[in-house]
Amino acid sequence: MTPLAQLLEAALFSASRPLTIEELSSLDQEAALADVRTALEQVREHYDFEQHGVELVEMAGGYQILTRPIHAAAIERAHFSVRTPRLSAAALETLAVIAYRQPVGRVEIEEIRGVSAGGVLRTLQERGLIEVVGRGEALGRPLLYGTAPMFLELLGLRDLADLPRAEELTIALHPHHPGPEGADDAAAYVEAES
Amino acid sequence: MTASEAPTTALGAGPGFVVQLDAFSGPLDLLLHLLREEQIEIAEIPIARIADQFLSAIQDLGLNQAADYLDMASRLVRLKAQMLLPRRSEEDGWEDPRAELVRRLLEYQQIREIALWLGRAAERRSEQFVRGFLPPAPELPPPPLTLDLLEMLQAVERVVAAIPTPVLHRVVARPLDVESATSRIEQMLEEREEIGWLEALGPRPTIVDVLSTLLALLELAKRGTLRLVQPAAFAPMVIARDPARSAA
Repeated sequence: MTPLAQLLEAALFSASRPLTIEELSSLDQEAALADVRTALEQVREHYDFEQHGVELVEMAGGYQILTRPIHAAAIERAHFSVRTPRLSAAALETLAVIAYRQPVGRVEIEEIRGVSAGGVLRTLQERGLIEVVGRGEALGRPLLYGTAPMFLELLGLRDLADLPRAEELTIALHPHHPGPEGADDAAAYVEAES
Repeated sequence: MTASEAPTTALGAGPGFVVQLDAFSGPLDLLLHLLREEQIEIAEIPIARIADQFLSAIQDLGLNQAADYLDMASRLVRLKAQMLLPRRSEEDGWEDPRAELVRRLLEYQQIREIALWLGRAAERRSEQFVRGFLPPAPELPPPPLTLDLLEMLQAVERVVAAIPTPVLHRVVARPLDVESATSRIEQMLEEREEIGWLEALGPRPTIVDVLSTLLALLELAKRGTLRLVQPAAFAPMVIARDPARSAA
């Protein structure tokens, strides 16, 4: 590995959150973004080629070293780490509405799901998965919600463009609300998912 | 809720009909489930039959979660009535009263599909751990607090016993002996024209001696009996006879 790749590996090892490519390139003033991308690819290939127990994953707009799924059960058995608790169906449905309709108010979420959403919204906000992104024009200036970076981390997504697009769904999306745009530039990266 | 988790219901059978409503995330979920059970296309929803099934499903519902389901039930009943109204065939501009419900169901079904996808993504992600993960501390069971009056009084006694009794100190003022220091310095200055600070203190001075001597010197200097001279900064102080007085 090149010295830059080694430096990036050390930084990624030291961090407990995904580091963005901008953060990583601040480590070495000489290195251009393209150099950092190449070096990251080198780290990833190194882990894959040498069959390391960890891998480099592109996630939530950054990069992070994660253990490979195959070791999950053993690590959990030994109580070294535990899985994040599963989200309830109500939480997942609410997240789905927010992810595709953001910024979206409580009333619209409740209309789509057919149930009141106050409690779920509070829970999701407490877990840092959604955040208030503004206020609507409607009467009472209702709070509008959007997904937070933690949402991408929880799902292991690079960005919102990683969500399934309209044509990938069995049921087509509502015509007035197309899926998130901008998936083209994300396609340039190698799929991080195992 | 995933399709595989959906409880099976004995539909159509009147008294044996049981649905666990907790298993559904809302009235739309329940409706979709009923349609799936009957293998009916959403667009072809038979309002009359589905409305009846929906109503019997929510019969045993607790009041606190009823509102969302009752709202849907009332819509269904209204739709059922609308569908029963006679309409002239081939009439233009007839709007299917089910259209709005069908649209909502389709929209909800789509959200359900996305929710499933999100659930699978979260599941995959949870199989990978990050560095430095700290498992949340296990919740401690509440300590058993069984206490009778005697135990409590004993505890109070222990606490009271642990409080230290205040100790009183008698502070004795050590009198400074300025007078003897004064006479000692005057006597020394009788013999010699000037003396050093350490000499004025005398052998093995105590803190009281030092303070007494200092006060005596200051007092004598004020009276003009002697002069206090420091030849240089931080140099030892020289105590000299007042020239005017010695000349007299």
